[in-house]
Amino acid sequence: MNNFVPLPVLLPLLGAGLALALNRRPAAQRVVSTVVMVAVVAVSSALLFWSDRIGPIVLWVGAWPQPLGIALVADRLSSLMLVVSSVVTLLVLLFSMGADEEERKRETPVSIFHPTLLVLSAGVSNAFLAGDLFNLFVGFEMLLFASYVLLTLGGTGERVRAGTTYVVVSLLSSTLFLIALAATYAATGTVNLAQLALRLPELPDGIQLVLQLLLLTVFFIKAAVFPMSAWLPDSYPTAPAPVTAVFAGLLTKVGVYAVIRTQTVLFPDSQLTGLLLWAALATMIIGILGAIAQSEIKRMLSFTLVSHIGYMIFGIGLASVSGYAGAIFYTAHHITIQTTLFLVTGLIETRGGSTSLNKLGGLAAASPVLGILFFVPAMNLAGIPPLSGFIGKVGLLEAGAEAGSFLPYLLVAGSVATSLLTLYAMAKVWNRAFWRPRSAEPDLLELVAGGDADGASTETATTTQATERRPLPRPMVATAAVCVLLGVGITVVSGPLYGLTQRAATDIVGGQSYVRAVLPEGIR
Amino acid sequence: MSPNLTLVIISGVLVASGVYLLLERSLTRILVGVLLASNGVNVMFLVASGAAGGAPIIGITPKQEMSDPLPQAMVLTAIVITLGTTAYLLALAYRSFQLNGHDEVADDVEDAAIRLLAEADRASDSYDADTQGQPDEVGRGTADEEGERVATPDPETDDAPEAEGGADAEPPGEAAERAEQHQFTEETR
Repeated sequence: MNNFVPLPVLLPLLGAGLALALNRRPAAQRVVSTVVMVAVVAVSSALLFWSDRIGPIVLWVGAWPQPLGIALVADRLSSLMLVVSSVVTLLVLLFSMGADEEERKRETPVSIFHPTLLVLSAGVSNAFLAGDLFNLFVGFEMLLFASYVLLTLGGTGERVRAGTTYVVVSLLSSTLFLIALAATYAATGTVNLAQLALRLPELPDGIQLVLQLLLLTVFFIKAAVFPMSAWLPDSYPTAPAPVTAVFAGLLTKVGVYAVIRTQTVLFPDSQLTGLLLWAALATMIIGILGAIAQSEIKRMLSFTLVSHIGYMIFGIGLASVSGYAGAIFYTAHHITIQTTLFLVTGLIETRGGSTSLNKLGGLAAASPVLGILFFVPAMNLAGIPPLSGFIGKVGLLEAGAEAGSFLPYLLVAGSVATSLLTLYAMAKVWNRAFWRPRSAEPDLLELVAGGDADGASTETATTTQATERRPLPRPMVATAAVCVLLGVGITVVSGPLYGLTQRAATDIVGGQSYVRAVLPEGIR
Repeated sequence: MSPNLTLVIISGVLVASGVYLLLERSLTRILVGVLLASNGVNVMFLVASGAAGGAPIIGITPKQEMSDPLPQAMVLTAIVITLGTTAYLLALAYRSFQLNGHDEVADDVEDAAIRLLAEADRASDSYDADTQGQPDEVGRGTADEEGERVATPDPETDDAPEAEGGADAEPPGEAAERAEQHQFTEETR
């Protein structure tokens, strides 16, 4: 059973190699990547089942005497994240294969897209399973490298511009991560999470604080928490729809996961919960205000993505069992919903020829199915009862009210306001893209911005003209529908799922069970 | 453990120059900045590994005189990652040069457009009142409806060309050149 733990990392890596070797045979590549992702989903589900039944599963790779070597740990939290992320990756893969031949060649060329997506999946799994900080770093690098390639697929001017910002910001965060690693190693002599949990409390408070701040800064950049969030809405919207969808679903959540680990295993008696709560509030409010100002759906969704990261940080900042349970549930919910919305936006782009609210119109009449596919996850994101977004938010609000002091109540108010503003943003998309008639007026934004916007958007203009108002490929619609149903399915099973996240939260609070599972002999 | 001061200073200087170069606009300079900073961090790992010693192989060096191998393994990993990153950034800079004739990191167009919108004091596009027309089956407003639609009595419409003229400072030749270049890359793809 322990030997299943590395499979979510190994299988996609092997699959990536195989898919790359088969780059002249797209059909075989598709089979390879689909089979691999299905296998990863199966293995992750098995890990989730076992870890829920019998506790964390630990594998010391290479079977060196502990604590030498690298530990891989699958407890409830990481295996739940694994399941959700692999399911979402599989769906995105199927979605990209559903595009018709011409579009696929242009947007997601199989020979590059499939191997890279598999490497991304391996990196994400590695980050979730990592039992030491350095392995976490390697996981981050794997997924980042894959994301660099995916973000600049095709190398058009717009993507190179967006990719540059993204790569430089990611490099900076990686450098900071390395500095944090060096500092941690110098202070404690280990990078194993469980060992660090035992050794860190012995350090002077000042050094602990420096290490914690370093790590949190790194993970806040990855998770796009304000004020380190500006890179995200800048870089995500230009990528092809399946790529943006998988980025939005997974990459920031890996950062959130790392924050959870830092706050529970490494620094359980954190002094920084106040800071986390303030960061959460700022992320929510500023993110959603940014979303309202946008008139481009992908950019608006990127801003709501930033804003809703705030909810998860809110739960983490509460540092209580109910807070963590809410945060974990919200993460699982948000991965599916955000991915679904970006996939549906891809469909909108195919159908309407654009994702700009100024150019779209009349989609509800033109394509009622698309209307339903957008409406359900949009309401879910805004937290309309009885959908899972509502349940996650109520969980977080209750956890906030439980804490009972001023700051949590402020956060409760902030999250209600954010939820309302999300509804406003989604209603704006709905009213303008779906309900109003299609208008032939020139884009006001382009009028005002003049030649500046024109010159730089030539690229997008030419591509949109080519895709003007095509019918939707059925497989894409079907995959998007499955995503929507998955989101609704989370609502249906939210009782058991919330129970699971509560157990996961009980596990991680205090970090004791994690340490006991990894180092049963209590080596310091 | 008393850290080696020379290494600390070297690492500090490297990281500081790296950060300075990272703040530049040109991607090539950023690349050099990344290289310097990551080498600075690599040196920092050597500081973290403690006093220098012999090769950490049992039988060659006595246990007390071994240097700590773990940070060096980490540095090796970091070096490999930096190598990959460098190659990627070089490719990105070259592509940017191919497309734009320079490798400078550009501002985001949408951000600039929204800022210009605010400066011109125009309402956002979500503030529209002209939705009387009904969509037909294909979602296209019919020609009649287009005609019926009351042109928004917008006193500021007159300002629009002015604002456009203000922003359109780009000489026409450059735009044409860019379009040409765009076409060129389309063909080569």
